[in-house]
Amino acid sequence: MMILIRQPITIVWFILIFATGLSWQFGHGFGFGENYHFASVAILIVTFIKIRFVFLDFMELRAAPKGLRWLFEVWAVLACAILIGFYWSGV
Amino acid sequence: MSDPNEARTASAQHLPGEAGVWMFIVGDLVIFTLLFAVFLYYRADNVPLFTESQRTLNQTYGAVNTLLLLSSSWFVALAVQGARIGERLNALRLIALAFGCGVGFIGIKYFEYSEKFRAGYNIVTNDFFMYYFLTTGIHLVHVVIGMAVLAFLWHTTRGGEIDAGELSTLESGASFWHLVDILWIALFALLYMLR
Repeated sequence: MMILIRQPITIVWFILIFATGLSWQFGHGFGFGENYHFASVAILIVTFIKIRFVFLDFMELRAAPKGLRWLFEVWAVLACAILIGFYWSGV
Repeated sequence: MSDPNEARTASAQHLPGEAGVWMFIVGDLVIFTLLFAVFLYYRADNVPLFTESQRTLNQTYGAVNTLLLLSSSWFVALAVQGARIGERLNALRLIALAFGCGVGFIGIKYFEYSEKFRAGYNIVTNDFFMYYFLTTGIHLVHVVIGMAVLAFLWHTTRGGEIDAGELSTLESGASFWHLVDILWIALFALLYMLR
């Protein structure tokens, strides 16, 4: 089991857990104080960074055919931008 | 014992699993992206209603479920790497752990939904709760299907030496389970964390 746990994806798991904690902190005043609009945008950006890690390292798109990888990379950037846009339209 | 990453680099540009599964994943992502965008569009129209309704959600439930699905995804990714290097028993244990995380997720969802129903909130309460129950409900269906897939993968992996076809099946099922994780990562942020 140890040879498996020592794989780089274990570091990715730690990063994902850390990023979840960071999002939680952003949502509770860390870094942005009462400026919760910017905190929310930061949460959305961290969310899509997490999703990109899952795409590339858990779903193994880093080693997949380039077209498929870029399809998901472009989706992540576009979806993040669109959602931030819709969120900001209500600010 | 060989390193799973050596096996990976041996086949450059490897598509994990079946092409059909990836088409399904892309389609599902498009549908959920539309749901997310529509949610934020209507939220922008009535921010006070959405934020007031959101305050009734238990963020801790959402966060624990996020940790459960992130961990289950990690277990499944490790199981795939284990299967590639013949660590069949460890792959079985890891798939079982991922399944256990799924059980935990459903258990927490049961408590969460029960609390909401007892407090009088349901899908027709207002726009926020319509999107909350709709998106988390569709996601819950994904979790249940994903757990059935994990059970199938466990059964397949249990059967002895893993051939190329079974490995491809394992990769396909794993990719679907990671999709379930990704959708929840986004739902947690949108429903529970945005203010």
